[in-house]
Amino acid sequence: MQTIDLRGVTCPTNFVMAKLELEDIEAGTTIEFLLDDGEPVKNVPRSLKDEGHKLLALQEKDEYYVLTLEKGED
Amino acid sequence: MAEPKIDLKNLKAGGFIKERGKDLFTVRLRVPGGRMSVDRLSKIAAVAQKYGKGYVHLSVRQSIELININFADFDAVVAELGEEQQKVASCGARVRVPTACGGCEYNPNGLVDTQKSALEVDQKLFGTATGHHKFKVGFAGCPFDCPKSATNDVGFQGAVWPKLDADGCISCGLCAKSCTEGALSMGADNKPVFDAAKCIYCGDCIKVCPTSAWSAEKKGYTVRIGGKWGRRPLIGTLFATFVPEERVVDFIACVLTWYQEKAEGAGRVRLGDIIIREGWQSLLERLRSEFPQYVVQETIAPHVIQNQVPLPGQQA
Repeated sequence: MQTIDLRGVTCPTNFVMAKLELEDIEAGTTIEFLLDDGEPVKNVPRSLKDEGHKLLALQEKDEYYVLTLEKGED
Repeated sequence: MAEPKIDLKNLKAGGFIKERGKDLFTVRLRVPGGRMSVDRLSKIAAVAQKYGKGYVHLSVRQSIELININFADFDAVVAELGEEQQKVASCGARVRVPTACGGCEYNPNGLVDTQKSALEVDQKLFGTATGHHKFKVGFAGCPFDCPKSATNDVGFQGAVWPKLDADGCISCGLCAKSCTEGALSMGADNKPVFDAAKCIYCGDCIKVCPTSAWSAEKKGYTVRIGGKWGRRPLIGTLFATFVPEERVVDFIACVLTWYQEKAEGAGRVRLGDIIIREGWQSLLERLRSEFPQYVVQETIAPHVIQNQVPLPGQQA
């Protein structure tokens, strides 16, 4: 599974980068994003959900989160 | 008396405001909720170009004001604005044009359709004479409250009451982390525990939940009454919760009737000062008779901001 590290990237750049990554993969594929605590983890999962992707899990690590999602249909 | 040069009916609502210069007026436009079509904006620009002096003013209550309009042009200004259904606003002791945030159609924070509420109040209550002083209504879509609802005579703030579908919860803990009020914490079973007494109905838990396990059980407006700004500011206080959008006009009308009655003979006094004089119980009881399921048990008087006074000169 592909893992995209968005730590150290602020809103909304992190969300736009996640969108660009998702453009390159097939619908139904699972992908992981690493997100900083605070605004990024509050905003990015919600925005990706709004865009039609399926959020599978969100796990807390040391000072960051791992978001696992399945790409939705376009 | 000579035939008037202009149609005096146009002046009735009071949106023509005298300027410093001879014959010159500001024309305040009626823009409920601060939204307008681009076509209307273009028309306003054309009228301002033709009759004004090259600029307009965006008022603090979301209106566009045409500046330096000669009173002899009133009829033509009204007629040309009317081609795009643009009307003139009001001033004086009347119900003013309601303000509102962008609402919930495109703004991800909005909980309630404030634009729709502002339009409805504008259609049904705009221009109603209070007999006493101005009467302002504002709509905020969520507790971020960009429109500062509690500084209005009647201020509405969008609200949701959250409910959890525990089976849909993936125990990520984001809701507890996002809840700035401390109403949510993670329990021993790794599911959120809700402390209802701390909830301010902001819906952050619903917005942040990655699986939609949190949803809105009920939705409506938190209502604060008696606010104003100006020389002696007052912050409006809580009178009702979860007032449904379709009851907003009736709710305001009820407050307005109470104000019209209780301020009788008081002169130019705002609602908040009448509440302080009459006691909040009187207005709360009146509202309870019509809206029993939404009115709070008790409240406090509109809040005087003590640190505004005394100013240095008053201490001398």
